Amino acid sequence: MNLILLAIIALGAIGLIAALLLYFASQKFAVHEDERIGQVSAVLPQANCGGCGFPGCAGFAGACVKAADEGSLEGLLCPVGGQPVMEQVAGILGMTVEASAPKVAVVRCNGSCENRPRLVQFDGAQSCKVQQMIGMGETGCSYGCFGCGDCVKACKFDAIHINPETLLPEVDEEKCTACGACAKACPRQIIEVRLKGPKNRRMVVLCNNKDKGAIANKWCKASCIGCGKCVKACEKFEAITVTKNLAYIDAEKCKLCRKCEEACPKGAIHAINMPPRKPKTDAPAAPKAEAPVATNAPSAPTNQNTPNNPTNQN
Amino acid sequence: MIIMENKLIVSLSPHVHGGDSVQKNMYGVCIALLPALIASFCFFGLGAVTVMLTSVLACVFFEWAITKFILKRDKLTILDGSAILTGLLLGFNLPSNLPIWIIVLGALFAIGVGKMTFGGLGQNIFNPALAGRVFLLISFPVQMTSWTDNVLDHVDGYSGATPLALMQKAILEKDPSVLNNLPSSLDMFLGQTEGSMGEVSALLLLLGCAFMLWKKIITWHIPVSIICTVFVFAGLLHLLDPVYANPLQVIFSGGLILGACYMATDYVTSPMSHKGQLIYGVAIGLLTVVIRNWGAYPEGMSFAIIIMNAFTPLINTYCKPKRFGEVVRKEAAK
Amino acid sequence: MKTFKIGGVHPEENKLSAGQPIREAQLPKQAVFSMFQHIGAPANAVVKKGDVVKVGTLLGEAGGFVSAPIYSSVSGKVSKVDVALDASGLRRMAVTVDVEGDEWEESIDRSKDLVKLADRPDLDGKTIVEKIKTAGIVGMGGATFPTHVKLCPPPGKVAECVIVNAVECEPYLTADHSLMLAHPEEILVGLQLVMKAVGVNKGYIGIECNKPDAIKLMTEKSAQYPEIEVVPLQMKYPQGGEKQLIDAVIGRQVPAPPALPIDTGAIVQNVGTCFAIYEAVMKNKPLIDRVITVTGKSLKQPSNLLARLGTPFSQLIDECGGLPEDTGKVIGGGPMMGKALLSLDVPMTKGSSGLLIMNNKEARRAEAEPCIRCAKCVGACPMGLEPYFLAKVSEQTDWDVAEQNDITSCIECGSCQFTCPSHRPLLDYIRLGKSTVMGIIRSRAAK
Repeated sequence: MNLILLAIIALGAIGLIAALLLYFASQKFAVHEDERIGQVSAVLPQANCGGCGFPGCAGFAGACVKAADEGSLEGLLCPVGGQPVMEQVAGILGMTVEASAPKVAVVRCNGSCENRPRLVQFDGAQSCKVQQMIGMGETGCSYGCFGCGDCVKACKFDAIHINPETLLPEVDEEKCTACGACAKACPRQIIEVRLKGPKNRRMVVLCNNKDKGAIANKWCKASCIGCGKCVKACEKFEAITVTKNLAYIDAEKCKLCRKCEEACPKGAIHAINMPPRKPKTDAPAAPKAEAPVATNAPSAPTNQNTPNNPTNQN
Repeated sequence: MIIMENKLIVSLSPHVHGGDSVQKNMYGVCIALLPALIASFCFFGLGAVTVMLTSVLACVFFEWAITKFILKRDKLTILDGSAILTGLLLGFNLPSNLPIWIIVLGALFAIGVGKMTFGGLGQNIFNPALAGRVFLLISFPVQMTSWTDNVLDHVDGYSGATPLALMQKAILEKDPSVLNNLPSSLDMFLGQTEGSMGEVSALLLLLGCAFMLWKKIITWHIPVSIICTVFVFAGLLHLLDPVYANPLQVIFSGGLILGACYMATDYVTSPMSHKGQLIYGVAIGLLTVVIRNWGAYPEGMSFAIIIMNAFTPLINTYCKPKRFGEVVRKEAAK
Repeated sequence: MKTFKIGGVHPEENKLSAGQPIREAQLPKQAVFSMFQHIGAPANAVVKKGDVVKVGTLLGEAGGFVSAPIYSSVSGKVSKVDVALDASGLRRMAVTVDVEGDEWEESIDRSKDLVKLADRPDLDGKTIVEKIKTAGIVGMGGATFPTHVKLCPPPGKVAECVIVNAVECEPYLTADHSLMLAHPEEILVGLQLVMKAVGVNKGYIGIECNKPDAIKLMTEKSAQYPEIEVVPLQMKYPQGGEKQLIDAVIGRQVPAPPALPIDTGAIVQNVGTCFAIYEAVMKNKPLIDRVITVTGKSLKQPSNLLARLGTPFSQLIDECGGLPEDTGKVIGGGPMMGKALLSLDVPMTKGSSGLLIMNNKEARRAEAEPCIRCAKCVGACPMGLEPYFLAKVSEQTDWDVAEQNDITSCIECGSCQFTCPSHRPLLDYIRLGKSTVMGIIRSRAAK
């Protein structure tokens, strides 16, 4: 009996002391956090992809709360959750958000094995960043895709995969959340997060080559040579610009008229998800080598199309 | 991948390799174990052959089965020699009259739990062979500690208790005279004692160890630090109180040499830096003597190694190799 | 015998061209001069298409203090000033010259007579450095760091001795070896010039003991100069690394970056650089040619060629018996630190110490297996790093941890990967980590 009593008292005393210690410790070391951060965090996707530009979802939540205190949520977007999530976040913070157009990752290289033959063979760690250290890479193009799949490793949503035939990454538009992790992982900045466009239709220059036309043309059948024919074709909307021998289509200005596609002598401009003109072909994000989308243009891509003036731009 | 013929290969430097390989290292250890293996066959007869064969075959089989059917990897790893080595070491740690089903169970634990659950070669935290041995020792203490007589042993006219058990008995009974029953250090060194198969001949094990050092499979740090620590610690105890055995007898008894040269030096589970390896070795030496003298089991080597295996990541974090120019850097900081 | 203290490996020597005298290579038909032949700012081309140049005419002027001018090594007409593929595998600015004849600038003294330092009492340290700078001399062991920068220690640092790097620890290469056998006196005068330039009176020549003839010859010839000492060194790779050589010769270790080798009081110069310095100062000849080892197990005639800069590698191979059929890989430099070439048409540059042709069998790496944590890379690392760990954290892009574990100290010698029994691409990842971490450090410093 005595023993039991002693045990109870001893254990009770230890428990009490420990409880007191814990109480004071929790008071002393308490971290005061805005409770709204937790609430915002709860509605975020918790993928911690960093696509918003902040370190993880918690960082983004903190930024949202801070921005709300300053009066506006502008410029903050969770690319994964998109509009619905941002509305929820705004609701919690008592704000409104303007609609932002959905985006998708686009691989701006069409240098498939056929278009851009391999000149040498790389033997080493399977990483684009490592391969970049040998210089140009396996092909003659200093700007094109390595095909080692750093973007695949970076994608948390299983939305990008290397096509074994073309050795180019292809984006699964259903799964892509436009978080931009692949774009950041790409050592050559080939992947761009672009506006998805109305009905997912868009015009894209599938090339990233900034070399002069002659060099670009020599090593890749599908390269943009910076000839500027597309710029002329788009005089009406002024959506296309050529900088450093590379054409770029401004998605906001583009009216999807497809004139540039016809004008391009190398077939570097692709119309994605557009209804076919004559022959029906499905166009995934990065069309396969021999499936150039609806090329009924008179100047079909051939190798004789060396530019008249390769150094006209720049 | 597309087959690329007649194309220059490009890769980053270095473009040459020293020619070392995992197989060379693993089979090197196996070769180092051969003399002791043959000796144990001679000492223990057919039983030893059966135990060893079962252990090796079971380990290889489980490695194959697990990679193929559970992990579903295309590349089979049974030829890299690590499973064979695990089987050999496990066999060395078993008495020669162990029932086959227990050996198979031990091999399953060693490969299945000790190695493959962590992801296979290079990932395991504990030495697989030791994990299997300790599992069997705890699960089947009776079978694991009833040794048959060493065939060559009868001249000494005793049987039954092993040197380790005698040593512990001396301490428990506080009677140094028990130690008189121990075989001489020389007999122990040459291999005239009882025990598990690999625990018999210190000489041949050391011979194999010398081979591994020569082939640069292992460095001297771990074996030397373990043996020296045991010698010093056991020596001190012996000087203080004669109930503790002579340090030479401590070193040559049981699985100490086997553990120090072959088990503690396991690549995967030992520290990476020389400093860390010395700490690891000293700690194993101390733990071994403590467990042997005051623990519940007569043999402390396997437990000591397993315990220090668990500390290896910690040692790796805190024991960095000496950086080039470090001395200068410290002086500059002052 | 002396050597450095931490780590190191012993690769097979394969010095196939050892003992071959230096042979002069033919003039190329077309020479390409990359403006990126050194570390630092690229040179700026000062010629244009159609200009007529002679041997020794300036093609590109230095683009900054850490930079070097580039001279034509041939005479002829400039046919192109445009991007061209160079040995680094990148398309960069280069001047192409179509060769016509072999006309030299008058200022260059082409006689073979030895000019000793005593013959030129007018030279003072400043003039020597200025001449080196104008001649466009860079570290010719392969690092291509502009030499005049090395000879101007930052304020507060004092040089105590000059060490000549005649180690040539890279397997296959024999360019420095053959140069020592051919021009020992010139090298010694070159060393004296460097010593005078930095104002020290102690010079060492570190030679690995696999070149006994060179050790003997250099010791004999240096007997007349008491301030110069030939130090035979035990064979171990990477003894030719600047930090390892200082440790081996004078027993001092360079602290981790940002410390420089000069912090130990030593200035290291390659043998080839010393020879170039001699020619630049005494003969007024800018850096326009160098000795290059063209070698390989399948090559017919492994040779040491004295070739003009800008000569395409393919021509050098042709002079040594042509490209073997089983060629798998062509490396600019030695097998441990050289760079695999993307094309054979790239020109040789100031840093081209060798051209190694590997056959198909040697060229391919073995398949990587999982790390067995054998710690052999830790034992081999001459900088006392943990290559297995650095490679792992680099693969996982954990840059902070990589930085804490001194990834920037890595000298990229390749000993870790050479020794790895699992054939892991350790250095591939460490290089990636190192360059990324250096970038992070730079951007942090810029803030």
